[in-house]
Amino acid sequence: MKSHVIVFPGSNCDRDVAVAIESISGSAPEMVWHKNTSIAESDLIVVPGGFSYGDYLRCGAIASTSPVINEVIKKAKAGVPVIGICNGFQILIETSLLDGALIRNNSLSFICKDIYIKPENTSSIFTKNNIVAKMPIAHNEGNYFASTDTIKKIKDHDQIAFKYCDINGVVSEESNPNGSLDNIAGILNDKKNVLGLMPHPERAVELSLGSDDGKHIFEGVLK
Amino acid sequence: MLAKIHITLKKDVLDPQGKVIANSLSDLGFDGIQSVRQGKYIEILLEGDDKDAANSKLNQMCEKLLANLVIEDYSVEID
Repeated sequence: MKSHVIVFPGSNCDRDVAVAIESISGSAPEMVWHKNTSIAESDLIVVPGGFSYGDYLRCGAIASTSPVINEVIKKAKAGVPVIGICNGFQILIETSLLDGALIRNNSLSFICKDIYIKPENTSSIFTKNNIVAKMPIAHNEGNYFASTDTIKKIKDHDQIAFKYCDINGVVSEESNPNGSLDNIAGILNDKKNVLGLMPHPERAVELSLGSDDGKHIFEGVLK
Repeated sequence: MLAKIHITLKKDVLDPQGKVIANSLSDLGFDGIQSVRQGKYIEILLEGDDKDAANSKLNQMCEKLLANLVIEDYSVEID
């Protein structure tokens, strides 16, 4: 199992992702600095959370033009599984690998708390093992938005990966932490090998952290 | 040449910051505000004096990086 974690100036979840991957797969990922222009053969590339380039201009905008990103796009288009978590999701959206946009939370507050998500698509490698899962969110710009046409396209192609829900899996306005359209917490590309999600599965891989539900998302790829 | 670029959220995108600004202005006693939309203003100092070429380059800059066309509109002005 060969995996890679991209590291930008301002990434702060890269080590957490590395620990999660190693504990699940038994082998440590290679950390790839943003200035690299190539990535070796890979079974999984993770674009981690953080505040890449200080969130200048728009979250993820500057990172989406960094040297390593062309390589991530190339690998993603060749079918390599790619997960973007939180800021990594924002970066993948800015590269157009994923559709839509992530705008300011409707509360205008940074939200850091445990939430529940449930898979909508149950066939992708990332979502097939999933049940209602508890994990934290920690973001200021996680409010998923897309035009009516894009939302229709995403639904028609079964690209909604996860929705925010309550502990029983009920999707409602009360279980929507940030104003995301249709409670969307994560989406897939049309080939289903690229996942972006705002919640942090890497922060929920041991019961001592409050939940190990996050494992399922990695296990589909790593096992 | 000085380029002035305005970037604003599209009309159908909710602007919670604009709403809060509108509320605060009302609290300060400024009446008659219908709505507030906030955005970004970027100045770019360019070499040369070919306005048409600059305009085309600035539009490309907006489309590739400065604006996110999913949620934002932009306008370019050259002095």
